[in-house]
Amino acid sequence: MSPGRRARDRSLEFPDVSEVSSNPLLEVDDLRTAFRTPRGTLRAVDGVSLTVNRGETLGVVGESGSGKTVLSRSIMGLLPARDVVRSGTVQFAGHEMTALPLSDLRQVWGAEMSMIFQDPMTALNPVVRVGRQITESLRLHLGLDKQEALATAVELLRSVGIPSPEERVRSYPFQLSGGMRQRVMIAIALACSPRLVLADEPTTGLDVSVQAQILDLLASLQRERHMAVILVTHDLGVVAKRADHIAVMYAGRIVERAPTRTLFAHTRMPYTRALMESIPRLSDASGTRLRAIGGRPPDLINPPAGCRFAPRCALAQDKCREEEPMLQPSEHPDHLFACWFPLADGQSASPPAGTPVTVSAAAPTPVGTPVAAPDPVGEPFPGPDTADGGGPA
Amino acid sequence: MTTTPATPEAATPAAATGPDLVLDVDHLVVEFRTGKQRVQAVSDVSFQVRRGETLGLVGESGCGKTTTGRALVQVQPATSGTVRFEGRDLGSLSAGELRATRTRMQMIFQDPISSLNPRRRIRDIVAEPLVIWGIGTPDERQERVRTMLESVGIDPDTAGDRRPQEFSGGQCQRISIARALMANPSLLICDEPVSALDVSVQAQILNLLADLKAEFGLTMVFIAHDLAVVKNVSDRVAVMYLGKLVELTGSDELYRSPAHPYTEALMASIPEPDPEHTTDHQGLTGELPSPLDPPSGCRFRTRCPYAQDRCAAEEPLLREVRPGHQVACHFPLGTSEAAPA
Repeated sequence: MSPGRRARDRSLEFPDVSEVSSNPLLEVDDLRTAFRTPRGTLRAVDGVSLTVNRGETLGVVGESGSGKTVLSRSIMGLLPARDVVRSGTVQFAGHEMTALPLSDLRQVWGAEMSMIFQDPMTALNPVVRVGRQITESLRLHLGLDKQEALATAVELLRSVGIPSPEERVRSYPFQLSGGMRQRVMIAIALACSPRLVLADEPTTGLDVSVQAQILDLLASLQRERHMAVILVTHDLGVVAKRADHIAVMYAGRIVERAPTRTLFAHTRMPYTRALMESIPRLSDASGTRLRAIGGRPPDLINPPAGCRFAPRCALAQDKCREEEPMLQPSEHPDHLFACWFPLADGQSASPPAGTPVTVSAAAPTPVGTPVAAPDPVGEPFPGPDTADGGGPA
Repeated sequence: MTTTPATPEAATPAAATGPDLVLDVDHLVVEFRTGKQRVQAVSDVSFQVRRGETLGLVGESGCGKTTTGRALVQVQPATSGTVRFEGRDLGSLSAGELRATRTRMQMIFQDPISSLNPRRRIRDIVAEPLVIWGIGTPDERQERVRTMLESVGIDPDTAGDRRPQEFSGGQCQRISIARALMANPSLLICDEPVSALDVSVQAQILNLLADLKAEFGLTMVFIAHDLAVVKNVSDRVAVMYLGKLVELTGSDELYRSPAHPYTEALMASIPEPDPEHTTDHQGLTGELPSPLDPPSGCRFRTRCPYAQDRCAAEEPLLREVRPGHQVACHFPLGTSEAAPA
């Protein structure tokens, strides 16, 4: 490609890392994404705020249906054109993503911000050789010619640990194992050295052994290239040693957010603790009964009143079912949680078997000042369903 | 009632060679042909499962654990070797006898949504095993459907007339389990039953399987790639690698003192939900070698940190290193024969 093409592709200016390194790379404020469905408005992401610094890893953890995938797609702007309402702001490296037209977004996708999808078999084009799927963005964003791009693709495949990459660039996705396909996905996502990679359940379909390899690979490439990563997963075990910060999502909201060690050592929100406790541990004796979370996440068209986790929370009280708790700071730095009756350090989310719930006596009363209002000032989603939200804007 | 046998048990009298032995797998080999080549997906595997026991079968994708599970119910015929179920050699049975035997051995699969017919109602899906075997009157069958759905935690009144798409993955897995238990099997083979599920739902299903096992006196074979999950549900664990059984022992013993380097590496790969957790061992590196051309000697030697010359020259056989602890390694860990690291 000619230099002219390259210049045009770079018309959207992204300042150098050094220029703005004091600001967060990504700043999401009160992001809301709702889908209009025949049954009513489904609020998949309902007022999420978060920041990600350069080179940092944020883990976003929640069950299926917690809105974590919609959150990552909303940050990127990868949403269906119809029947979607998005509000709030997404500041990425000095640009307001929600205000960018599609033509500008195309310059951001792949080049500055890219995504690793869960299922590499469906995310890769089955009838295109993997080499061409990698060179596509190299040629588009970096303006490399065919030969340069192919050479870079081979190097990328080598860097993601694919043996004999010169031959593998000519493979089709079906000729690769699941782990290899995920490595190809990573190579595609990293081809243009983006500043931010959103990895949406990148290892969920993979064996534990391959999962560890892929996550290690992602971490080492991240260090090398000083990328920020948002790692979206349902498994707290996956992010325990790999994320700097963790945000736990439930029913479209962040319910707890903290630096990783703080989150594990000083868990306040029973949902976070319940997620930790539901993971079978190798060190537990065989036959140890798992502490499962009963029920399932609520219907996001009609979420329960009060705390959205209350119907499944073993420690819930009347207040939890009536009033919604707001995110509030704990005594630890950068630690926010939304719970009326926060857990003490080391306290289980399930009451001891056979004893009635007596948490009210032990739990401290709510402390601190709310830092985020759970409800919008106005109604951001004009739609048929206004039953549970404020008046018209 | 129809003219088929009133109960499936009638067709499978318990020929006893030891009533406590539910499964006796002896030198099982399963081969596939790909073009002119032959692949041994399961290569000379032997193990036994006693009544009331849960045997875990663990290994990476491509190790032959699913093929082994399918060979146990003869969905995949064995190339050689025998599978004896409750004393009868399944390979020697006629097609009709085998069909009748299968009511006693049921399987649940990894993808709960695709293993349920999307166009049928839940009550019909769950009742089908009884319809096929002509067990009970329609009313009796529906009564049994209600009981089974309740045992797996699905409300029969609201769920019975709905279709699989209206349920989540975890609920579909519960429905699959209810269906598998309808004809009162003695053996349940679970092939990666929780791999597609969230950790929270996974815990629910694992607890449910433990409850049902106790309630119905089931014997189980539990196949999965996650050793932490397998350990939780199993009494004994068989570790497979590239078609071979490499280690077989009690779950707690396996965790305390793994003797095969592969088992040790597999354990190190499991993400512990604890940022302070550290492990001395390296996880697995590299890919599984092609089963078309497995490494000589020990098949794990290409990825083994302790491999010696002998490992390439001579295939290690499964042998007992401690009572009840079998391993196929020339230099089993934690023994006097262990190789220097």
